Amino acid sequence: MKQPPPSPSRLGALRSLVGRFAFLALVGSAFALMLLGKADTALIERLRGAVSDAVVPALEVISRPAASVAKVIDNVREMAAIREQNALLREENERLLRWQAAARLLEAENDSLKDLLNYVPDPRASFVTARVVADTGGAFAHSVLITAGERELVEKGQAVVSGQGLVGRVAEAGKRSARVLLVTDINSRIPVVVGAGRLRGILAGDNTDRPRILYLRTPGAVSPGDRVMTSGAAGAFPPGLPVGVVTSVEETAIHIEPFLKRERLEFVRVVDYGMTGILRDVTASDGPLGRNR
Amino acid sequence: MRPNLWQRIDMFVRHQVPLVLTLLLLLVSVVPSHAAGLTRIGPMLALIAVYYWAIYRPDLLGTGAVFLIGVAQDLLTGTPPGVAALALLLTQAVVLSQYRFFNARSFAVTWWAFSLVAAGAMTIQWLAVSLVYGTLVDASAAFYGYLMTVAIYPVVGWLLARVQIAFLRDV
Repeated sequence: MKQPPPSPSRLGALRSLVGRFAFLALVGSAFALMLLGKADTALIERLRGAVSDAVVPALEVISRPAASVAKVIDNVREMAAIREQNALLREENERLLRWQAAARLLEAENDSLKDLLNYVPDPRASFVTARVVADTGGAFAHSVLITAGERELVEKGQAVVSGQGLVGRVAEAGKRSARVLLVTDINSRIPVVVGAGRLRGILAGDNTDRPRILYLRTPGAVSPGDRVMTSGAAGAFPPGLPVGVVTSVEETAIHIEPFLKRERLEFVRVVDYGMTGILRDVTASDGPLGRNR
Repeated sequence: MRPNLWQRIDMFVRHQVPLVLTLLLLLVSVVPSHAAGLTRIGPMLALIAVYYWAIYRPDLLGTGAVFLIGVAQDLLTGTPPGVAALALLLTQAVVLSQYRFFNARSFAVTWWAFSLVAAGAMTIQWLAVSLVYGTLVDASAAFYGYLMTVAIYPVVGWLLARVQIAFLRDV
């Protein structure tokens, strides 16, 4: 539409010179920022925390209608298949009840065996539940923003889970918000155990939906369908959180399909492991099978 | 005739519309869509806004503002800082250097040109991210994100044109 004609005056020439210099300086600053991001990660984390703290209240407002619309669409879609889904769920429920009975038996047996061995129980984990207000991924990073931060005692490095399994870990925590690095992000490294043989490895994200398992001592012993769980080797991560299922085993790489469904993330739980006693004002709940005393 | 104080305040506020709107689009672009398959390839709405204002009101979204928008995007989305800033700055520079070409072009031509500029911007980001991480990152999601951005351009462009007519017609 409107475009002022370039003025041939000396002032115009000066202005374009200054403009060009500013442009070059800013491009230089962009490169300097990239270097700084590699060199001083703590500063960048603080900046990211400040930005997410500033925008989370606004995002909370915007994300609610978006979530509601998505829910309405989901409801309509589910209505169509409600009968067959009901039948499927009944069947599944029966199967799960049988599993529950088995789990109860095993739990009782496990408890009595632990008593016999004078086993020192793991510290009980506490959870902070938070809403996911931004999926900031795009193509180059896989992370989400949640509405809990230092105020809720969320700290960098804590594990984040959803109903499906491990979501990722807290990459940085602001005052009232935190960024969760998903297991699929290129910066994500999680110690895991694979299959019934409990082979130790590192789950490494690569910005695709299928992260890889690295540093397995005997990769040949892994086969598609093996379950992958956190190993707890890093200390901060509770052991035994479900992560995913091995989908393909090749010479060069073992890929897994994470249980994490990124588009389904609405609420997540930040696992605070071994900090009970300090956390008094947040609701603590039991682990998957109710931890031992 | 010198404008009085209120007129000047009014004009100042109106002149902030492009910046505020671009930041708002940036926020909207990170809201979870809960749509299967779409979360990884969300459109780069800020890129569209920077491109649009560089064509139609280059006086209202300066280089510094574009840099700030880019840094904000990097800090918000978790990409290495400086990456989006670089891509947006170069996008603006390309458009400004071709202002003769863009002057009074039809919508279709502007859209077509956007598909080229956006391809360049995505490639720059992909290269910069790969450079920072020291490995070639997966490009497929970037490619689909690019297609998504080009596809949604008419909608966002129309919206921005409405806003421009409503707030910035004579200022």
